[in-house]
Order: sequence, then C-alpha cells, then structure tokens
Amino acid sequence: MFFNRKKEDNGYLSARESRRISKENRRITNEMEKRRKRKNVPESEYLTKMHDPANAVEFDNLHSWFFTDAGTVRSVDGVSFDVPIGKTVGVVGESGCGKSVTSLSLMQLLQRPQGQTVEGEIRLNLGDKAINVVDTPQEVMQHIRGNYVSMIFQEPMTSLNPVFRIGEQVDEVIELHDGEGKSKEDIRKRTIELLEMVGIANSEGVYMMFPHELSGGMRQRVMIAMALACSPKVIIADEPTTALDVTIQAQILDLLRQLKDRINSSIMLITHDLGVIAEMADYVVVMYAGRIVEKGTAEEIFYHPAHPYTIGLMASKPVVGREVKELYSIPGKVPNPINMPNYCYFKDRCDKCTGSCEGAYPEEISLSKTHKVSCCRYYPEEMKGGRENGKE
Amino acid sequence: MAKSENVKSCEPASVDPQYILMVKNLKKYFPIKGGMMGRVVGQVKAVDGVTFNVRRGTTMGLVGESGCGKTTTGRTILRLSGEKTDGQVLFNGKEVYDASPAEMRKLRTRMQIIFQDPFSSLSPRLPVGEIIGEAVKEHKLVSREEYEAYLDKVMDDCGLQPFHKDRYPHEFSGGQRQRICIARALALNPEFVVCDEPVSALDVSIQAQIINLLKKLQEERKLTYLFISHDLSVVEHISDTVGVMYLGSLVEYGEKKDIFRNPLHPYTKALFSAIPIPDPHARMNRIVLEGTIPSPANPPAGCKFHTRCAHCMQRCKTETPKQVEVEKGHFVVCHLYDGK
Repeated sequence: MFFNRKKEDNGYLSARESRRISKENRRITNEMEKRRKRKNVPESEYLTKMHDPANAVEFDNLHSWFFTDAGTVRSVDGVSFDVPIGKTVGVVGESGCGKSVTSLSLMQLLQRPQGQTVEGEIRLNLGDKAINVVDTPQEVMQHIRGNYVSMIFQEPMTSLNPVFRIGEQVDEVIELHDGEGKSKEDIRKRTIELLEMVGIANSEGVYMMFPHELSGGMRQRVMIAMALACSPKVIIADEPTTALDVTIQAQILDLLRQLKDRINSSIMLITHDLGVIAEMADYVVVMYAGRIVEKGTAEEIFYHPAHPYTIGLMASKPVVGREVKELYSIPGKVPNPINMPNYCYFKDRCDKCTGSCEGAYPEEISLSKTHKVSCCRYYPEEMKGGRENGKE
Repeated sequence: MAKSENVKSCEPASVDPQYILMVKNLKKYFPIKGGMMGRVVGQVKAVDGVTFNVRRGTTMGLVGESGCGKTTTGRTILRLSGEKTDGQVLFNGKEVYDASPAEMRKLRTRMQIIFQDPFSSLSPRLPVGEIIGEAVKEHKLVSREEYEAYLDKVMDDCGLQPFHKDRYPHEFSGGQRQRICIARALALNPEFVVCDEPVSALDVSIQAQIINLLKKLQEERKLTYLFISHDLSVVEHISDTVGVMYLGSLVEYGEKKDIFRNPLHPYTKALFSAIPIPDPHARMNRIVLEGTIPSPANPPAGCKFHTRCAHCMQRCKTETPKQVEVEKGHFVVCHLYDGK
C-alpha cells in the first residue's frame, strides 16, 4: 500500500521495474536499428508522393518517442502539418512540448537508439520527387541534409566549435554536402560570399577568427551562413533569437526574411515568443505536450484563437501598450510525459472545461479551411454524444 | 519627482524621505590586468555615472542590452561587487559604502537580491528549508520556538508547501526554484529587493505566475523593487519608473507612462521599435540599429551612442551630453534636447 502510493506520487521505480523496462526498450530499439542499418535499401522503400505539390514538407501523423529507462516518453505523438513552399510556419509551445523533437525528426537527428520515429510519415519535396524521411537510409540522408533541409541551432554560444576558425567550420559544411568538383579556393570564396550575405562586414577577417572573438549576434549570423551554405529548400530555425537582445533580434529576423525571399525557401520557425511568430509566420502551429492543439494562418491564430491553451498563452504574455492589472497564468503544470492521461491533456489546467471533456483525446475539428483545433468545445452537436467512440 | 538640482550635483544634497534609494553619479570600473607584472592596463567602465532615485513602495525598471551594466548597477548598489569607484548610494538617506561591517550586516537584512538563474543560484547540497532559513537563523530574526512557523509562513506566501522544506533544489521545476529564491530573499523581511532578471530563464506561462507573485508580495509587504530585465514588455508591466541604460550610463529615465508613450532618446526609440508585437498586422516602423555595442573598456568619446545614432551631430562626437529634464520627472541624456 505504502509502496504503491510512493510509486504513483513521485514516479519512483523499483530497480526491478527499471530493469524490465530497459530490457524491453533494448528489444524494441534493436529491432528498429537493425532495420535502419541495412545496406542498399531500394529506392522504392522511401520514395513517396506529396499530397499537395505546393508543400515543401508534410508531417503526417508523426510519432517520435524516446525509450528511456523510466518509461516511454511520447515527445511527439501524432503531429500533422504542412510547410508550403516559400512560406514561414511558426511552431509555438512551452519547453518540453515537442517542438524541437519534431524538427529533429525531419533532419533524422534524434538521439538514437533511444529516440525513434515509430510511426507516421514526413514527406519531403525534392522538386522532381519526394521522399519519406522516416524510412530514408543514412547515406541518402547525408545528401539531403544541408542541400534540402538545414537547421539553425538554438544557442549560437555553444553550437560553434571553439577550437576551429569560423572559416573552417563553414568550409566544412560546403565540402561535405556540396563539395564535389570544388577546389579549396572555390569553397573559400563561397564561404566569404556567404558571410557577406548574412551581413558580416569584415568577412575576410571573420573567416580567420575563432568563435570567442565574435559577439552573440555575429555568431548567430555565422550559424545562419552555415545553414544557408547549400541553398536549402527548407530552413529549420530552432529558437534563432532566444539568446539575443531585442535590437540584435530585430536584425536577425530581418536578415532571415530577406534571405528566405532570395533563395525562395520555406522556414520552419520554432520559438516560444509569440511576438516573433506574429512578425515572421504565415502559418502558426501551437503544440502542447507532444500534440498540436491548434493550427491555422497567423491571422486566425492571433485574432481568433480557439483553443483554451492558445488563449491562455497569449494572455499570459505582457504586451507593450496593453495594460492589465494582473497577468493571466495558466494553472497547474504540463502532465508527466511518461504517464499521459487518456483524456484531453489540457483538461486539468483548463478553465473552460465542460462535461464532454471527460472522453478520449479530442479529435481535430476544422473551424475553417486552414484553421484546425483539438478541443471538445468546438464539436458539432451530433458528435458530442458519441465521444466514447472517438480517437484512442 | 527627482529634483533637478539633485541630479546635477554630486554633493550630499537634502535627503527626501519619500525616496528609499538615491543613486548619484555612481561609477564602477573594473581594472584590466595585463603584462607580466599584472599591471592595470585599462578599465572596463561597467557603470559610468548613473543617477536615479527610487520612491518607497514602487518598482524601478532597468532595461538595456546585455553588457550595458544593468546587473553591475544592481550589485554595486547592494555593495556586492567590492568598492565603488565614485558616486553615492544613499539607502534610507545613509551612504551604504560608509557603513561599518557591523552596520552593513544589519543593512543586509534590509536590502536583498533575487538572482537571475534559479538553476545555478541555489546550493544543491542544502534542503530548501535550510536555504530559506539560513539567513534568518544567522541574523536571529525570530526566536527558536517561532522559527518553524515563520518559515512556513514565508514559504506559504511564496506559494511553496511546508513539505517542500526537506526536499533538495534538483527536485523542483524552474518556476518553483524561482519561488525558493524569492522566499530566500523575503525571509529577511527586506524593504528593498533587487530583482536581477528573475523571469528571463522561465517559460511564458511560468513567467506570468512569478510576475504576479512579485506584484502580490509587493502589495502585501510594501516592498520596493529594482527590476532589472532586458524584456521590455515585462518591465512595462511591472514598473512605475523606468531607466534605460546604454554602455554603462543611464540615457533616459522617467515615469513608465512617459518613457513608453513618448520615448525621447534615439536609443530608447530604437530599442522600443525592436520589440516584436504579437499581432500579425501591426505596422513595423522599425529603427534597426547598425553594428553592435562598443566595448566598455574603450567607450566612444562624447556621447557614447553617437557611433550608432541616426541623429548624430558634430558636437555629439566631442561633447558629453548632460542629463536634461524635458518634462516633469522625465530625464534624457542627449544633445537633441538640451536646447542649444
């Protein structure tokens, strides 16, 4: 009795339980790794078709899980959204809601073997053909990364290697992904051109510098130059400005916008700052505890937020020029990712809860052609009764 | 409002009891040591002439880019970073730096600080009750019989449960840790608290909780805050007066309303125009500042902002501007407003 309570309350596991879980995990992940490490995978296995050729990326029912010794963490649990060509899609949510894991799945950079994409498809448009990233073998992925998809990482302070010169680090990207038939001198020229493109005035000088000689904004520019080195079709910007000051943030956002138009690529912008999203994004995806709670165009999300979480998130951020006596704060906290409830994940924190929230996790409801929300309050009347037959 | 004569002179002027803190021309330089013998080869002018007053029971917000000396200002006021270089810090009318060690000990209970990063500012080896109560015991604020009850009360005020006392910091989330930091500062029942970026390491929804908590505690305990942050929207929400810092100096300072409705200094204007507004149709008349902040070891001559200023005139490059009172209680340090 006492032990049972302790287990539930604190999430403590007995050593035996933990051993059982890790053994089970190893069985699952070994099987997946074996499949992934096969040689000479036929192209037919990962070639696919875009549902809409105007999209650069389509996430379809993506599940990325982490098999940890404490249990399976469902970091991304059924996420579907599209990134149209030439548009910016903003992904918002609190830390730990699966924003970064979604983007890492697209790059196939999840920490393996624990992190695995267990279900779903990520369709990537390569122009003449499309591939399903989830099943793509390593060596093909190596060619895709950098050339078609690239990523601007979160912290410019830690993502550059402190012992190599800036030039070498950018050279390396070009050499690895796009270096065939290029001489050292060509690559160097391209690097300097890139550094100029991202607004570094003294590009020849910066080429020879070490990362510690640059300020945060300059380092972020270098990171952007590295991401853009091979003119990718999709740029993932994972909190590109979080570590920067507002004035530098404005410079970097401007730069991203200009560059996107110049090479006509799509941006997937991950951030928790709603202000940045409003400024940059055409489409917004709001994530909560590994699932999408609401998605739509920027206008729809900002002017007609539907999900209580989106509304709460907007109300809890102070806005310059809008005076409020007390900030709204969303009560409670994010549910434990190992033991997700089987009802709406937001129910325990929601102040707009109704009786129909008791059932299974709510399905996605279309409010308009682009605006989708997962909340029981928007169920049409005839569906409210039959909630038990819903998803899961 | 601050009297203009207070601002102009550095003499120990009349002490106005409505101000809990008066900072006059405060300077803090850090030596740069170099060479074989460790000679002083230069100085980093982290805080270079800062003047402001804080009224009792209000919040003064201090904003600026990273590296502009906000945190050093806060720490220098609390006498936490060695000796000051120049200027005055009058707390309740008495110079903080003149206090003897015994007086300083007493003063420490009156002024406290909440540090920036709740993940690194709590000792991992002490249980939370110990962390919060250590200073209470040290300063013998309450008798031994009342100690436990006092601790429970402080923790309850800050939204912590009594059973949290025996837990260690690693068992708490970021928001809870910040509550522990706040409880630790408030356990001494201070009058004045320096909040050094208390919410910048937290998620948006947790931020709101902590800001609401700080506001609630201020009302209950009649606290005075010096709120240091680079997030302008948070500063606007919580402050009564706002100071904008650039490269160690206060460039503009005044009531929140005046500063946000009518920013005067070109730097303040650029800073405010850079705030992203959560509205996709908001018109962006953005003033993008070129370049980066110059090194505080070798600040530009004249006005420190002239290297990045769009309104730079000839005399900005040579002449250091003085603080001017443009409207009542609204001070700006800029040649555009000194009427010449």
